[in-house]
Amino acid sequence: MKIGAPKEVFDSEARVALTPQSAEQLQKLGYECVVQSGAGDKARFSDQVYREAGVEVVDSAEALYAASDIVLKVRAPEGGELDHFRRGQILVSFIWPAQNEALLETLKEKGVTAIAMDMVPRISRAQKMDALSSMANIGGYRAVVEASNNFGRFFTGQVTAAGKVPPAKILVIGAGVAGLAAIGAAQSMGAIVRAFDVRPEVAEQIESMGAEFLFLDFEDSQDGAATGGYAAPSSPEFREKQLALFREQAPEIDIVITTALIPGRDAPKLWLKDMVEAMKPGSIVVDLAAERGGNCDMTVMDQMIETENGVRVIGYTDLVSRMATQSSTLYSTNLRHMMTDLTPEKDGVPVVNMEDDVIRGATVTHEGEITFPPPPPKVAAIAKVEPKKVVQKTPEELAAEEVEAFKAQTRNQVTLIAIGAALLLSVGLVAPASFMQHFIVFVLAVFVGFQVIWGVAHSLHTPLMAVTNAISSIIILGALTQIGSGSFLVILLAALAVFMTGINIFGGFLVTRRMLAMFQKS
Amino acid sequence: MEFGFTSAAYVVAAILFILSLGGLSGQESAKRAVWYGIAGMALAVFATLIGPGSGFWILSVVLVAAGGVIGWQLATRVQMTQMPELVAAMHSLVGLAAVFVGYIAHIELGRVMAMDEVGRAALEGFAALLAKKDGVEIGILRVELFLGVFVGAITFTGSVIAYGKLAGKVDTAAVKLPGGHMLNAGAAALSALCLIWYFNSGGFFPLFLMTLAALFIGYHLIMGIGGADMPVVVSMLNSYSGWAAAAIGFSLGNDLLIVVGALVGSSGAILSYIMCKAMNRSFISVILGGFGGPAGEQMAVEGEQIAIDADGVTTALEEADSVIIIPGYGMAVAQAQQNVAELTRRLRAKGKDVRFAIHPVAGRLPGHMNVLLAEAKVPYDIVLEMDEINEDFPNTDVAIVIGSNDIVNPAAQDDPNSPIAGMPVLECWKAKQVFVSKRGQGTGYSGIENPLFYKDNTRMFYGDAKASLDSLLQKIS
Repeated sequence: MKIGAPKEVFDSEARVALTPQSAEQLQKLGYECVVQSGAGDKARFSDQVYREAGVEVVDSAEALYAASDIVLKVRAPEGGELDHFRRGQILVSFIWPAQNEALLETLKEKGVTAIAMDMVPRISRAQKMDALSSMANIGGYRAVVEASNNFGRFFTGQVTAAGKVPPAKILVIGAGVAGLAAIGAAQSMGAIVRAFDVRPEVAEQIESMGAEFLFLDFEDSQDGAATGGYAAPSSPEFREKQLALFREQAPEIDIVITTALIPGRDAPKLWLKDMVEAMKPGSIVVDLAAERGGNCDMTVMDQMIETENGVRVIGYTDLVSRMATQSSTLYSTNLRHMMTDLTPEKDGVPVVNMEDDVIRGATVTHEGEITFPPPPPKVAAIAKVEPKKVVQKTPEELAAEEVEAFKAQTRNQVTLIAIGAALLLSVGLVAPASFMQHFIVFVLAVFVGFQVIWGVAHSLHTPLMAVTNAISSIIILGALTQIGSGSFLVILLAALAVFMTGINIFGGFLVTRRMLAMFQKS
Repeated sequence: MEFGFTSAAYVVAAILFILSLGGLSGQESAKRAVWYGIAGMALAVFATLIGPGSGFWILSVVLVAAGGVIGWQLATRVQMTQMPELVAAMHSLVGLAAVFVGYIAHIELGRVMAMDEVGRAALEGFAALLAKKDGVEIGILRVELFLGVFVGAITFTGSVIAYGKLAGKVDTAAVKLPGGHMLNAGAAALSALCLIWYFNSGGFFPLFLMTLAALFIGYHLIMGIGGADMPVVVSMLNSYSGWAAAAIGFSLGNDLLIVVGALVGSSGAILSYIMCKAMNRSFISVILGGFGGPAGEQMAVEGEQIAIDADGVTTALEEADSVIIIPGYGMAVAQAQQNVAELTRRLRAKGKDVRFAIHPVAGRLPGHMNVLLAEAKVPYDIVLEMDEINEDFPNTDVAIVIGSNDIVNPAAQDDPNSPIAGMPVLECWKAKQVFVSKRGQGTGYSGIENPLFYKDNTRMFYGDAKASLDSLLQKIS
């Protein structure tokens, strides 16, 4: 079977779905690869490099579609591209089925099996094919780069001979993959980063990247696990509180990077006109949601505008494409993993297994039918985290608890002592005096043993075993006192006992010493 | 006069032994404490040799010296990773010695009983002590002697089997003969019958029969305990050897034997208790073998184990500021402690904070990991216990799990149906990244699936621990 990647027709699209590197891997799965001449040019992969990787290069799109059984693409096919498809072909690309019903209809009519990379379910097994995440990662990084490019100052604070430079303050709204990548990039450039997200459980992730989580105290917080790890629309009250928080931040923030998206909806408006106006001249807003209407009121899609008060609002939608080499490499790797899952036998024959959660979720048309939306996956994406409720105890309650614990302890001890004493006394009633003498010694020794051993350090438990083993050879005394008296059998048994305990005494103590000598302080 | 001197020496020896055990509370004082133990033992043996009842003391000295040479050889040659085997093997010697001494006492008792008044008056030492006893005391003596032999015999076979399991000469899986606990119960009941019989008759046969039953109990009890529970077994046998000595001490009327036996017995008992608590299991369930039955379906583990190569681990280590290493039995098996120590030294030289987290039941002996790390010259102040370090995982960049499994299993906390539910574990998954050095995809000793291996921040570093670390050391200078 042949896998082909055409040249993307969309104007500002620089990515390509097949790289020489991924082609080599796909060939190992038993496929032949073909690419349209010039497809990789914008991503810095020349036809020559493809040829060296064993990829056939064809001149026209017609030839490519005719040659390939499987078509790998970046953007959903549009316009004339659709004419090339034929029945039975497999298309793997971004499709956005929820927004592109007409496209689904066409693909169905054509009998194409379409696998949407944007529909890969968010479960750990499918992470390696999660193209949305790998693209979002690049977008987040690039957003910081674009911001820095247009920002007239350092990110990091410096004290120089020519004066003190304050660090840039950056606010990241929406801590998904893109948001976290932006936090990481900005943080490593030295900026002070704050981040906000409606899902309180990502606070830990934000803090792990070194940013400060802006906490919004609101009772009805969202549980991201219920929506497959994505944010859901929030209530009007929550939105008001959220906007108030942003309004408060606006005057001191230098750069805002918004990444808030809700699956299947227009981007929520979070950075309003008055907030842009409250920002200092020279500040930057980078809106990663521009393609879906933008999080910022002022965003103009695909453009950078400057407001009257000198704030630049960047609404580029091709951030990922601006790093075409990197994004093509990652995207083609995602595709390659998808193909690996589609080719269980590694024999170059794809199997669209509709029982498989991942493949079922991503397949939107198959065998002349629209298979979107998929049924919910069999396993939950993320384990649900129960919100923890910590009940603060008052000092009185704590004190009462302590008293209670002390009383319980006393009761326990007194009971134990009483039982012990009673047992001892009852033994004393029947046993002869000579036995009692030894018995008292025994009980005291056990008691001393318990008191002493509790103090032994954990790390010295092995030496403790060795030393107790050595001193348990004290049984040698029994043998020694008897070796002299009696028959040959007694002497033999006693001699054997002496010999064995002799091994034990020397072996035990020596080994203990050896061990203890090894313990060294740094 | 002589007898008084012996008693005085015994008191001093007993105090030295107590100081010796008490001194183990810290690494520095422990080095002194061993000498207390040695001095105590020397004093006790010396006082006994010159005391009443001993004859053939040249023979005794020669035998002790011969035993000493063998002991010396063993102690200097043994690898630190073989420490559990050695300790188990030495316990068996104490157990067997206790059986012999018990038999001697039985023979002596018979001889003295057969004598007439005149003959008795001429006796000295232990025999003289026996001669003075009246009917009730003889009865008690028989019980004590019987108990000493019983516990000694269990210790003997139990230790031999434990040694075999630790040395890999006996299959480490829990094995039970058909009949299971009923066999043990039967043997114990037989022993109890023999006790009554022996108490009344004083004959040799019941004693012998009981010895056989006890030997069987020791064998079968330990065969039924799996390898992961060995720390409990070894400390329990340690305890038994102490109680055997104490019981023999009673029958010989020797206070030093009683004191030391009680010290060792209680020490082993406490160690067993600590180990059981660390596994959140009752002592009974460990002794009876096998894990308690799970209450329901265990949680299915979702996801896949993602492998990583040495380059990946190296990069992560180079970038990390804080590293926690969690060693387990796998490190001991692969003899990888030197490589671990070398890695630690190199990372510390780069200014990284490297520490070790030791679970109480890591390895096959209480404190096993500490000894191995000490052998490799890892400073003990960076080797921390579970309770000391568990809170630090969330602030740690990299956690490296080397050959441990169940002690880092999150199912113990998350899955109430897991066989190890409730067992305290090292929460290494809270670190930003976890590397697991492991031979293959198999489960641990308990055979439980470990969800840690499937977590998003976990990467599996497959291969023999030593070879894996070697490849790391080549990349980290």
